[in-house]
Amino acid sequence: MSKTNTLQIRTPEGVVFSQLLAGPLTRFVAWLVDFATVLGFQILIGMILGMLGLLVGEFIFALQFLLLFVLNFGYTIALEWRWRGQTLGKRAMRLRVVDAQGLRLKFNQIVIRNLLRMVDMLPLFYLVGGIACLLSRRAQRLGDFAANTVVVRIPKLATPNLEQISSGKYNSFRDHPHLEARLRQYVSTQEASLAMQALLRRDSLDPVARVELFAEMAGHFRELVEFPVEATESITDEQYVRNVLESVYRKLKP
Amino acid sequence: MIVDLPRFARTEQPFWSELETFLDRLERNPQRRLPLEEVRRFHYLYERTSAGLARLGGFATEPETRRYLESLVARAYGEVHETRSRQHRLSPLQWFFQTLPQTFRRHVRAFWISVGITLAGALFGGFAVALDPDAKATVLPDMFANHLGDPRERVAREESNPDLASAGRMSSFSAQLMVNNITVSIRAMALGMTWGIGTIIILFYNGVILGLVAVDYVAAGQTRFLLGWLLPHGVIELPAVMMAGQAGLVLAHALIGRGQRLPIRGRLRAASADVVTLIFGIAVLLVWAGIIEAFFSQLHAPVLPYSIKIVFGCVEFVLLILFLSRCGKSGRSASPGELEPSPA
Repeated sequence: MSKTNTLQIRTPEGVVFSQLLAGPLTRFVAWLVDFATVLGFQILIGMILGMLGLLVGEFIFALQFLLLFVLNFGYTIALEWRWRGQTLGKRAMRLRVVDAQGLRLKFNQIVIRNLLRMVDMLPLFYLVGGIACLLSRRAQRLGDFAANTVVVRIPKLATPNLEQISSGKYNSFRDHPHLEARLRQYVSTQEASLAMQALLRRDSLDPVARVELFAEMAGHFRELVEFPVEATESITDEQYVRNVLESVYRKLKP
Repeated sequence: MIVDLPRFARTEQPFWSELETFLDRLERNPQRRLPLEEVRRFHYLYERTSAGLARLGGFATEPETRRYLESLVARAYGEVHETRSRQHRLSPLQWFFQTLPQTFRRHVRAFWISVGITLAGALFGGFAVALDPDAKATVLPDMFANHLGDPRERVAREESNPDLASAGRMSSFSAQLMVNNITVSIRAMALGMTWGIGTIIILFYNGVILGLVAVDYVAAGQTRFLLGWLLPHGVIELPAVMMAGQAGLVLAHALIGRGQRLPIRGRLRAASADVVTLIFGIAVLLVWAGIIEAFFSQLHAPVLPYSIKIVFGCVEFVLLILFLSRCGKSGRSASPGELEPSPA
């Protein structure tokens, strides 16, 4: 099979869902964040224990040595276990380690994928891991491959804002049911979904681009069906598109 | 088909939110067991959301809602379809005295291969130093620098200043030994991913150093010193490193998969639990070896007679053999990979 950027899982119910795989570059940035964090902690531990060392003596250096080692290996294992597949860096880059079959991540998998960093980071800067990630169909480094995990991007999870579609304003097209009927007849599915997309994403559009976009759309709908002047004179292009959509989708009273 | 999306979303949204709260709760506390009523409800919500996702499937122009539903279904899927046995918590003692030796015995062939490679390395190293005494300087890494000179000189030096090391220095030496040995072990295990080639190289190299130092001391007539110095920690440390080789070979075996019916993913999945058990066990053994090496092995006659050290080493070795070959035999066979710390 060829390389893809999504992990597709088909549930026994026959529903397919997909997750976006993370590429080597994003993951490298996440790793840099983690690396900086660990480094920061190491310096902190070094400073604190260094001060204690003046009082207690050389036992502290033994402790420091062990702590640094545990921190090095334990940081990712502990965080990925506690936060279900995320470390600080992965959180910052919106990544998550998941089981390649979509099942729950197991402790063994986390340990394996993190201990196998030893191979992936060879010969330097994760060269082996990066190459494996590029070659692998599911963007896995060797550790992921052995642990049967993948790293996915997590989409920004906002409950879709469907309020945008109905602004609550009165739809002046309702006064002309025959024209509305014609609109329903002429507007294609694609056009309707396009208009809906534009409305759903209105907040993320650049203001100037937004005005242009809705002007173009309203122009198109105006060509399809011509409404009398009193129904359209005081409304913006955006409201015009909204009205069209509402007229198309509104459930007609039986 | 035009799905009336706003209406669809309005009617379905409460179910989606309910599923989301369910998932949040489950993920926050994975050990929680739901009562039957809630399980039914959860399953219903999962199916309803899946159905919603399937309906939206044909409606490709609504990516945001789709993505939202996909992530909900993905999370719920993991919870619903996780059939691998829920790992019941093992006490560390039970893990150490049952799971670890059982796992070791399950892959004992890999261990013997690992021992064989080390011995081959030792023979090679021994011959090398016997035939060409200069070979020592080229093969020994820096950390063995104090073995570069004549063994007799070292023995004389160490026996003449008995209180060379303070307790503080010994403890930091001990920590260094642990970290170094555990790192080597993890590397030997991880290099199993190179189809075992890296693991074999590490084991062989370790063997070479061992053979080289041993033959060097024996040839210089310092066998007693050598045994007294090596045995107390070596009888734990060397088997532990060989066990790391064993773990690497188990991984390599899963990767190559000769004579196994499972596909590669299944093989790796089956091996991973055992590899993790082995590597944690190795870490425990190496911590012990590190303590012994720093605080005990480095004390030489006249402070500590060699005979005591040799006897101590032999006792340890017998205990280790008993532990690995006998422990956990009578108890119920724990299924692999039951090591799971509490997420809290």
